Formats: sequence, C-alpha cells, structure tokens
Amino acid sequence: MAVLEISNLKKTYNEESDFPVRAVNDVDLIIEKGEFTAIVGPSGSGKSTLLNIMGGLDHPTAGKVIIDGNDISELRENQLIDFRLHHIGFVFQSYNLIPVLTARENVSFVMVLQKTPKQERDHRASSLLTEVGLGDRMDSRPSELSGGQQQRVAIARALASRPDFILADEPTANLDSKSAGHLMDIMLKLNREEHMTFVFSTHDSRVIERARRVITLVDGKIVSDIQQNAS
Amino acid sequence: MQLIFAWRNIWRNKRRTLITAASIFTAVILALLMRSAQLGAYQRMIDNVVSFYTGHIQLHAVGYWDEKTLDNSFIPNDSVIAILNGHKDIRSWVPRLESFALTSSQDLSEGSLVVGIDPEAEDRLTRLGQKVVSGKYLGTNDNGILVSEGLAQKMQVGAGDTLVLLGQGYHGVTAAGKYMVKGLVHFSAPSLNDGMIYLTIAEAQTLYGTGNRLTSIAISVKPNVDATLVANELRNEAGTLPFEFFDWKQMLPEMVQLIEVDSAGGVIVISILYMIIAFGIFGTVLMMLAERQHEFGILVSIGMKKVKLASVVMLEILMIAFTGTIAGIVAGIPIIAYFHYNPIQITGEMAKAYESFGIEAVFPFSNDISIFFTQATIVFVLSLLLSIYPWFRILNLKAIEALKS
Ligand SMILES: Nc1ncnc2c1ncn2[C@@H]1O[C@H](COP(=O)(O)OP(=O)(O)O)[C@@H](O)[C@H]1O
Ligand SMILES: [Mg+2]
Repeated sequence: MAVLEISNLKKTYNEESDFPVRAVNDVDLIIEKGEFTAIVGPSGSGKSTLLNIMGGLDHPTAGKVIIDGNDISELRENQLIDFRLHHIGFVFQSYNLIPVLTARENVSFVMVLQKTPKQERDHRASSLLTEVGLGDRMDSRPSELSGGQQQRVAIARALASRPDFILADEPTANLDSKSAGHLMDIMLKLNREEHMTFVFSTHDSRVIERARRVITLVDGKIVSDIQQNAS
Repeated sequence: MQLIFAWRNIWRNKRRTLITAASIFTAVILALLMRSAQLGAYQRMIDNVVSFYTGHIQLHAVGYWDEKTLDNSFIPNDSVIAILNGHKDIRSWVPRLESFALTSSQDLSEGSLVVGIDPEAEDRLTRLGQKVVSGKYLGTNDNGILVSEGLAQKMQVGAGDTLVLLGQGYHGVTAAGKYMVKGLVHFSAPSLNDGMIYLTIAEAQTLYGTGNRLTSIAISVKPNVDATLVANELRNEAGTLPFEFFDWKQMLPEMVQLIEVDSAGGVIVISILYMIIAFGIFGTVLMMLAERQHEFGILVSIGMKKVKLASVVMLEILMIAFTGTIAGIVAGIPIIAYFHYNPIQITGEMAKAYESFGIEAVFPFSNDISIFFTQATIVFVLSLLLSIYPWFRILNLKAIEALKS
C-alpha cells in the first residue's frame, strides 16, 4: 500500500529570473508502507526541498503529492497544518525541541494539539521515550540532553501523533558517529517492530548502508533508486 | 499545557521579563499614586466648596440663578417636597432664604449676605455649628443672628452686641430689623468670612416680608452618587413645575474648569509614562520574536495552528503585563491607604492661598477603586495593542524559512 505518491513534481526557485533554480526537477516517486528509505545526494541536490514538499511544508511549482489518498496541494493553509499534525512526523536536523518543555512534555505536545486525553498522553509519552531509550531522562529539558538524546526525543515526538510516515532531513548530520549509529538502530527497530515508514535524507555513507531503499538525487532529478540489504 | 508553556516561556529570559514587568510596575504605581492624589484633592475641593455652601444640587424658582432677587423666590409646595423626600439618592436638603442687607452698628456700616436657615438641618449639611468661634450657634426658634468673624471685626461687635440690618424686601418693601449677635462664625475663605450673616428662616422671612417663601433649597446627595444624574432625574420628576435644578458643576463652573485643566495635565503625564513603557514592552516583544523564529517554525511544522501559537505569545505578553500591574497595585494600595487616612497637610503661604479659595489645605489620596481599574485596563489594552504585531508576524510566518533561522 502506498503512503505517498509523487508525480511530475517540480520546484523551481526564482522562476521569473534569468537563472531559475530547478531544485526538484520532474520527480515521480511512490513510498510504500513500511519502507526505510534514504534520499541521498550531494549538497544542493534538492533533498531538503523534496522532503519539505513531501511533508506539506512547501508548495511544488508543478506536480502532485498524494498522501494517504489526499491530494495535499488542494489543502488550504490551516487544513495543511492539521494534515501535518495527523499524518506526518517530522525530525529536523537539529534543535527540534521546545527548549522550555521537558522531554515528556515535548512528546506530549503534539498529542495536546491532537486533543488526546491526558491519561493516554502521559502513558504514550512515557512508553515512547522508554522505547527510544530515554526512560530515565523524561523530565529533562532539551538543554540537559546530548544532541543524540535530543534527536531521539524528536523521534518519539514524531511517533506520538501516529503519523503515516516520518520524514527526517539529515537527522544525524550534527551527531557523532556513535550517536548517529544509535539513532539509526532505534529508527530501524521502530521500522521493524512497529512497521513505521521512514524517509530520511543523508550524505553519511554509514547511514546510507542501513537503508533498504536508496534514492539518489542529482540536480533535482532521481538518478538511481535501488533496493539493498540493510545491515 | 498552553498556560504552562506560556508561563515557562516568559521565564526563559528572566532578566528581560523582570525588567519588563518592573517597568510596568513602576508605571502602574506612579500612575496610581498620581491619579489618586489628584482625584483625592479634587474630591476634597468639591466637598469643601459644596459643603461650605452650595450643596451638590440647588433648587430655585425658575430664573433665580440668573437674577438672584427675592422676587424670584418660591413657595415650597407639597409636590416638590415629596419629590425631594422620595428620591433615594438624596441624603438631605436644607431650605434657605438669602438676600443682601446693609449691616450697621453705631456709625459703621457694611454690605452683607443674609441667609435664613433651618439651624439644625444646616448644621447637618454644612457643619455650620462647628464654625462657631465665640458665642453660640442658633437654636430652632432663635431670634438672634450669627455673624462671620471678619464682618464682626469690621463692625466692632461681638456676641451679645446688637446689629441693625437694612435692605429691600419682597416686592420692594423696606426690610429693617435689629438683632442680637448670638455667635461668631469663622470661614477660611475671606469672601465668606467678611460678609455673612445667618438667622433662622422664620426671622429672615419676617425681615424681608416674604411670607413662607424661600430662595433656594440646597440638596446633598449620598456618597459616590453622581449629582449631575440626580439633578437630571429631579428635573424630569419636576416636569412642568416652575423650578430649576442646578448641580454644583453648573453653579461652580470655574472650579470645574480648574479641575479639568489640572486633570488633563495629569492625564498627559501619565500618557507619556505609558508610552515610554509601551516602547519598552515592544522592544521585549521584538527580541522575543527574533529569538524564537526557529521554534515557531518547528511548532507550525509539527501541526500547531498559527492562531494558537499567536494566542500563546499574546498570553505571554498579558502575563508579564498582569504580573507588573498586580505588583503595582499591591504595592500601591498601602501607600494610597496611608495617604488617604493621613492626608498630606500643606502649610505656610501655599496653605493660605488654598484657604482663600475656600479650600482646606489638606489633601487626602482618593481610595476610589475605579482608579485601580482604570490603570489595569490601560495596561491590558496596551498589551493587547502590543500583541497585534506578534499576531501579524506569526500569521505571516513561513514555516520553512523560520526553520532555517
Ligand atoms: N528558498 C530558496 N530560494 C532559492 N533557492 C533555493 C531555496 N531553497 C533551496 N534553494 C536551492 O535549491 C537547491 C536545492 O537545495 P536543497 O533542497 O536545500 O538541497 P539539499 O538539501 O540537497 O542540500 C539548491 O541549489 C539551493 O540553493
Ligand atoms: Mg538539505
């Protein structure tokens, strides 16, 4: 079952100028439920632009993005925000968390937005944080956590809203290799055990190794799309 | 959770929040003290002048205020008395018959204002009895007179001496009478002290040959009642009866003007104060917005509606303002209470100047609750106005751009 379908997707910056930037150039892509997919490519190849459009954070210049059967280009701003809340989990490169909230509150926050009852929220936040290995740091503020721990809280938060898939734009870019490895372990475990779909961008070869599908972008075009045995 | 979120956010930069709250605190307390001192002084001025003589409202025959002669006097009929007695906001009223007379004793003579009063009622309204400095106050059926101290000095009379009053009575008859000085009264205002004579209404009516006529009824209203409103109600109730009602604002336009000019000055000072504070708060808001762009980007990306986010930011501004305002009010209350019960007493030349206007040089602070409400409302409205900019910024926020900062 496809969770995400992209067709003829284009994103051009400075379209009217003499030097338009085709950040995403005619991309077709289907992501199936349960995938663990890396989007790779050199800096400036369009990875972030593609992920942002997949997550409904940015509008394509042309083409369609269908998530769980909904054409998100037809949604108005507030509908789109609501759509993101219920369908998409995000993990950004760094500083993902709200500094004044504890790890537990950061995870609970999306569930507050979803109007989940308090008891369920508390329970779920605790179990998710335990799952990402932070059962003992739930009441710490982000500033008291390491970069790797913060990224794990971000993953727990992304999971909390029960999204269709999680998009992570270079989630390991600011981590040392040990923390990066640990983060990948957790993502893979969630993918295997909970069947959570992950799409992440990276240019770190040790992260690429772990993906089952690797899509390579060059100048906004998909130049290769391969399945591999994750290690 | 949004409340917790907002509360923690404001303490994220403790120093800045404290400085902002402290500046609001300062503005609120200064405004409170200033306003309370001003309004207290006005109230005292009004009370003084009003209770010295005019009353809050006066009833006359139509035309009397423009032409104060005995020919414009009236017979108090039952219907108008019923209106006065039936009005719930009226505390008391006193009948008066006033006119001018030449006062003479041996070869001295001096003009004076002669006022026929109901001694007991008058004392209750204007505390005339307490102004007696020698001799005695008038009894109900007294046939003596009270003379103001300054006039008595000029006439070289004291209690027990005799004075002759000469004047023109009702419809031009000659008014003349010889009276024993029962007591002397002292007024701080020279205009009153140098020319007042009191006697009972009955004596005055006999002197001026008016029968049971009066020139005015001075009415005092209950505390915290707006005399202008009561005057309007009385006018309506009186309908076509041939009476006019004047409130103290109409009778003392110079004082109203004095208060308005002085009050406007105070309002300007306070406005400037709040304007400075508003700029301070706005600075805080700008810094806060700049610092939190990235965080706003995250929040909107993960599904927080912008309106909700903007409300949180507004709540934060209101919380800071509220903290400062409450602190200002809490600190202001004891100071105001102190000066309310221990009024500032002005002495020396300044005091004499006030007294010459008939105003005691004693200035209690006003404890009118509405002053607190007004200041709190001003800060609240200012904060709402200052929240417009963050609303505007947040509603126009582009999540991906915010994320990059
Ligand atoms: N807001 C923008 N305005 C103009 N050009 C942009 C903007 N965002 C990205 N680009 C350009 O689009 C291209 C793709 O960028 P990006 O998606 O960030 O690549 P990657 O994430 O792979 O490094 C780059 O050439 C970049 O300079
Ligand atoms: Mg990128």
